[in-house]
Amino acid sequence: MKKTITTPFWRDKRIVPILLQVLFAALVLAGGYYFIANAINGLQQIGINLGFNFLKNTSGFTISESMIDFQPTDTYGRAIIVGILNTLRIAFIGIILTSIIGLFVGIAKLSNNWLVSKLATVYIEIFRNTPLLVQIFIWFFAVLLPLPRIEEALKLGPVFFSNRGIAIPWFEAHSNTILWGIGMIVGLMVAVIFFKALMKKQLESGKRKYPFISAIVSFIVIILITLIFTKTGPVTIHTPSVSGRGFVGGQTLSPGYSAILISLVIYTSTFIAEVIRAGIQGVPKGQIEAAKALGLKSSTTMRLVIFPQGIRIIIPPLTSQYLNLVKNSSLAVAVGFQDIVSVGGTVMNQTGRAVEVISIMIAVYLTFSLITSILMNIFNQKVQLVER
Amino acid sequence: MEEMKLEANKELNILKRSSSQIGSLQWLKKNLFSSWSNVLLTIISAVVTGYILFNTFQFIFTADWSVIAVNFRLLMIGQFPVAEIWRVWTILGVLTVLLGLSWGLWKGSMAHVAVSIGAIMLIMVAMPFIQMSTRLILGGNIVLLLLTFFIGTKLPKLKIPVIAVWLLYIPLTIFILNGFGVLAPVSSNIWGGFLLTLLIASVAIVISFPIGLLLALGRRSSLPVIKYFCVIYIEFIRGIPLITVLFIGQLMIPLFLGSGVEISNVLRAMIGMTLFSAAYLAENIRGGLQSLPRGQYEAAQALGLNKTYMMTFVILPQAIRAVIPACVGQFISIFKDTSLVAIVSLTDLLGMGQKLVANPEFLGKQMEVFVFVGFVYFIFCYLMSHVSRRLEVSLGAGHR
Repeated sequence: MKKTITTPFWRDKRIVPILLQVLFAALVLAGGYYFIANAINGLQQIGINLGFNFLKNTSGFTISESMIDFQPTDTYGRAIIVGILNTLRIAFIGIILTSIIGLFVGIAKLSNNWLVSKLATVYIEIFRNTPLLVQIFIWFFAVLLPLPRIEEALKLGPVFFSNRGIAIPWFEAHSNTILWGIGMIVGLMVAVIFFKALMKKQLESGKRKYPFISAIVSFIVIILITLIFTKTGPVTIHTPSVSGRGFVGGQTLSPGYSAILISLVIYTSTFIAEVIRAGIQGVPKGQIEAAKALGLKSSTTMRLVIFPQGIRIIIPPLTSQYLNLVKNSSLAVAVGFQDIVSVGGTVMNQTGRAVEVISIMIAVYLTFSLITSILMNIFNQKVQLVER
Repeated sequence: MEEMKLEANKELNILKRSSSQIGSLQWLKKNLFSSWSNVLLTIISAVVTGYILFNTFQFIFTADWSVIAVNFRLLMIGQFPVAEIWRVWTILGVLTVLLGLSWGLWKGSMAHVAVSIGAIMLIMVAMPFIQMSTRLILGGNIVLLLLTFFIGTKLPKLKIPVIAVWLLYIPLTIFILNGFGVLAPVSSNIWGGFLLTLLIASVAIVISFPIGLLLALGRRSSLPVIKYFCVIYIEFIRGIPLITVLFIGQLMIPLFLGSGVEISNVLRAMIGMTLFSAAYLAENIRGGLQSLPRGQYEAAQALGLNKTYMMTFVILPQAIRAVIPACVGQFISIFKDTSLVAIVSLTDLLGMGQKLVANPEFLGKQMEVFVFVGFVYFIFCYLMSHVSRRLEVSLGAGHR
């Protein structure tokens, strides 16, 4: 008699994983169903149907700082777009400033000057170990709001400080700006072509052809031609002045905006400084010694040996710091700068549409995160080592 | 013979001394004045340092710190009823005993934590505005800390009970604070101040760690349903700011739970913080899991261990050990992030500061209040990052 050995199904390696997954999916779906049913039920009891039609209604509130025109008669949808643009404004300017300061502090920490490196260390330790929100409050409530009233605004060069905001000189485009733009692009292109051509010759002939200097000279020549042709600067610079109860000309940065920007830049720069320090230190010592042995100058070593290798270590953590900055800009809600979270909060209060508004916020931030990480991934792939 | 040795020693000493004198000069030359650009840098940064230090000291000594002195209790424990304050002292006492015992038993990094906490208590005793009774209790705690340290060094058998009490510490704290029918109830709505900050942070840390572990394991699972659930959860949470998670907690949890269940503001904030930090911890732990060489998995399989045994006895102990410093870093940011609950109108340390500043009685004292609040956060974050750096060295994670 032939006896077949059958494994019971709860020990069968083909069936158990499927069963487990079905069970897990069922649990998640049941939980989700329970929560969503509760939510829809509760919303219906207070007379709200889910949907995004409310975005077409008139908002009725004002937004003090906006990059596009916004009136109280505009819709909620437009208000949310204004909020998104404001978030982008903080994120964009913040990322640029924080990268500069972070790079500076990171290099300062590696300086062989003891005092400079200690100063950088203290800066990093103090600002990264204090919560961002506390720093925002200090800048907003304790530094910017107690500034003198606008009539008695402090003047530091062309910059005004008052409790209504900081007014800085700002540039404005005029009729010749486009010509200037074309001039600059042409200049850059000519400079690059010169550089490449001369560099090639230098490599082929082995004689000095000064590619870098000739590129710069050609660029300057073209800029000079543009200047003679247009007889104006590329942009007009407006300096601010006090007029009555407001600033005229220039660009006024509100206390909320300044507070969030300053603290975000300082807070994130400490993390970026550490990233950059780790990146430079991550380059193996042998590489630097090899460069020295080849007789390279320290600036050339930095440019051609340390930097290209360090950047590979730096980029992934730098990406996550940029993403953190974008996400942390949501703290603007605490000082009344109307970014997406703040505008969303106002809309929520007025309409009671918590679920929809929160979903919009989530969608916006997820999109930002996705775009930033895609861009940084592309950049990362470009600089990654091509291994044979 | 003997004399010769002495003579040689003397010479050596002289050599040492002179070399150390030259050493400090050389040090100065090497580190501050090695080249003209370096001299310039040194001078500029010395001026900057001097300016900052001068202004800082001027602020510290001219600022009106009475606002902190008057409201010290509010800032520390919020509006916890004065009659029930013994509960706070009890949990602090238990913490002291635990710290002291662990200090004695394990030394190492624990010593740093215990000594720092003791030092903080000592500083508080020395503050002029602290009430006499408070001073006595704090002094008693310091004595208790030292006493339990000696008990700890003498009784190594206590290790397991101490770990057990550590694990029970947070449920115990919440039980004592809340009462839960045994003691008079103190609703969590009036918890506040630094006590609330610590509670939210520790609950979030303790609960999110196991969740993060499961998420990390799930993300590396071979079962697609579980894997993608974990991936989506982690990436979703990591893609949005904490403040939106807290909004979800405040506004949507009550909706999701229906009208039958009522949960307090504090609990909702704790849930939000926990869900948020679990995703970040999961990524840290995944890093540890990925850092293990394949050979470890294969060796465990070769020994005939099944998946559960392989994970619990071979993989996880090594992976978690490797990521402890990174996790402490994550705990620091959770601790800092608890300040965000002030935006959803909880009165944690920062929220209490905000309330004080809004009080017309303390008009114009914003700088003092927020600098104090920031300083308290700074002390604890700095302490934690110091411990994390030491752990990194002692675990040898930095050398691999």
